[in-house]
Amino acid sequence: MPEMRYREALNQALAEEMERDETVFLMGEDIGVFNGAFKVTNGLLERFGEKRVRDTPISENSFTGIGVGAAMTGLRPVVEIMTVNFSLLALDQVINHAAAIHYMFGGQATVPMVLRMPGGAGNQLGPTHSHSFEAFFLQVPGLLVAVPSTPADAKGLLKTAIRDDNPVVFIEHESLYGRRGEVPDDPDFTIPFGVAAVRREGSDVTVVGVSRMAITAGEAATTLADEHGIEAEVIDPRTLRPLDLDTILESVRKTNRCVVVEEGWPHGGVGANLAALIQEQAFDWLDAPVARVTGADLPMPYARNLEQLSFPHGQDVIDAVLATVGREVGAP
Amino acid sequence: MSAGELPDPETARRWLEKMVLIRRFEERAGEQYTRAKVGGFLHLGIGEEATIVGTVAALRPDDYLIGTYRTHGHVLARGSDPGRVMAELFGRVDGLCRGRGGSMHMFDADVRFMGGYGIVGGNLPIGAGIALSSDYRGTDEVTLCQMGDGAVNQGTFAETLNLAALWSLPIVFMVVNNLYGMGTAVERHSAQPDMKRRGESLGVEGVECDGMDVVDTFETVSRAVETTRSERRPILVEAEAYRFRGHSVADPEEYRTSEEVEEWRERCPILLFGNRLEEAGIVSGADRERIDAEAVAEVDRALEFAEASPEPEPGSLHDDIYVLGGQVRGWYSDHREVGRSTAGQEAAG
Repeated sequence: MPEMRYREALNQALAEEMERDETVFLMGEDIGVFNGAFKVTNGLLERFGEKRVRDTPISENSFTGIGVGAAMTGLRPVVEIMTVNFSLLALDQVINHAAAIHYMFGGQATVPMVLRMPGGAGNQLGPTHSHSFEAFFLQVPGLLVAVPSTPADAKGLLKTAIRDDNPVVFIEHESLYGRRGEVPDDPDFTIPFGVAAVRREGSDVTVVGVSRMAITAGEAATTLADEHGIEAEVIDPRTLRPLDLDTILESVRKTNRCVVVEEGWPHGGVGANLAALIQEQAFDWLDAPVARVTGADLPMPYARNLEQLSFPHGQDVIDAVLATVGREVGAP
Repeated sequence: MSAGELPDPETARRWLEKMVLIRRFEERAGEQYTRAKVGGFLHLGIGEEATIVGTVAALRPDDYLIGTYRTHGHVLARGSDPGRVMAELFGRVDGLCRGRGGSMHMFDADVRFMGGYGIVGGNLPIGAGIALSSDYRGTDEVTLCQMGDGAVNQGTFAETLNLAALWSLPIVFMVVNNLYGMGTAVERHSAQPDMKRRGESLGVEGVECDGMDVVDTFETVSRAVETTRSERRPILVEAEAYRFRGHSVADPEEYRTSEEVEEWRERCPILLFGNRLEEAGIVSGADRERIDAEAVAEVDRALEFAEASPEPEPGSLHDDIYVLGGQVRGWYSDHREVGRSTAGQEAAG
């Protein structure tokens, strides 16, 4: 299996789907001549031409809405929002329109559109380019939300997103673009929505990691096993809507403990939602409260040290797991 | 009244019939609102029948029309069944949108009416996307995107007109300038009240028409649509119009005088067009009475249909949130069910 970077896997998914389906086209700021702010669309303008790779002005709400209209009339637009914070400028089209249209028009129209956007902290981009809005989009009925953490998932989930008939918010992670991994080159390779990946099996605690936090959780699990003798089962949900709750519940019924790790804000977050679902459905199996490890409850600061304090690291996950299993933090 | 040339007698009669149907439909809808048969907000097109009928007459059946929250008349002019429009107002299962949208969110795919939208300016980019799709698919379809004067101050107006001009999209933007954005007069909401100039500043040619005159509206919009179709560029049409009723039925109209409303009522598009057809010998006074009686009868039938239509099944509440297919599975949405605190919709596959 070839090895490639996360951004290359996304690029391959776009190219394969454009090759496969004439109705797939791309829109976004600087995706063409500039080859993409994060180079995900590198080379695609040259390969597919201006009709199918469209540089837009800086008008997020309107080019997102153009995607909605195009999707309602037979096309499959893949719209790139340069960074997750800019999606806030397009929320009217995303929530009042893309998410609502199929329902409010009684099923007469569909919106098969993908809205790609990178989020996440760690690059000192401050409070307007570094947030994690998985929870915002997760809350909206009508949207699907994908959060790939590996190059293979990035490719497989993006291909599924493009083929799906619902609007999909596809949240990439800025810090993962350069990460390498094995990626199938079979053009028929896809990853279905709603199927979580169990990254590591374990019997002592379930750790659910969202987006990059699935990797952070995996690294923490290795340390927990090596240094504390704790076997964590690490689950990457891969999509938040649809959610593979069954896999998470099955794991919790085995381990009786759960820690949810996300980069977003704590209040009303992915972890808050999962904690509610788990206590509703598996209360009798829990030996400890569901714990959350989240981003800090503030706009992202610029200073390197402050920024690093504002999103979870492996040690935060280790501390939360130790507290959940009833060990004192720092004790072997 | 302009001296625009009348169409052939049959077409002229059909326009009059449509305008009268819309007037009678809207009056009846307003009446049903006061009887609480219609919920929410109700925005009537009374007074704007000429802009509606003249515009729709300028479109081909394969052209697209997209509008605002004031579009009962547009779907009727486009050919939707009045019974299904009324049933939508009643929130019944036979409504155009099965009772999901209501007055502000009409949609009829069969006649390419691509929606009424409740967010001012929200329909502009969607209209441009539909036009892009027509172009992309290699057709010569045109999209007509209608808005009120209030929409020109939304960001989407500047964004979408710029994009439409930049990408040579086949779209006609129609600003129905009825002089008030809800209760705020144009000169109080727009530093540049000339809508054509605002369009031109974004690279979109602007033209204007007398929206109280169905002939002038038809001629102007037809020219715009055909120019857009052949030259692949957007055009903005500003129609001067007036609504005789409030912004919505719940509007006490404290922002304008009754004298002003009366002055405009003298320019009633149905009265003036009917007079003109009678003067031209196309209809008689008796014909006009018959047209009116037929419209009233059709609205009566629509009302009966709506009243007889059942409410949507409670079990259909969660239908159509998602398009569920074989390739996706898992928990799509939570909803409360008796005996189980949280349940998910599981798709096949």
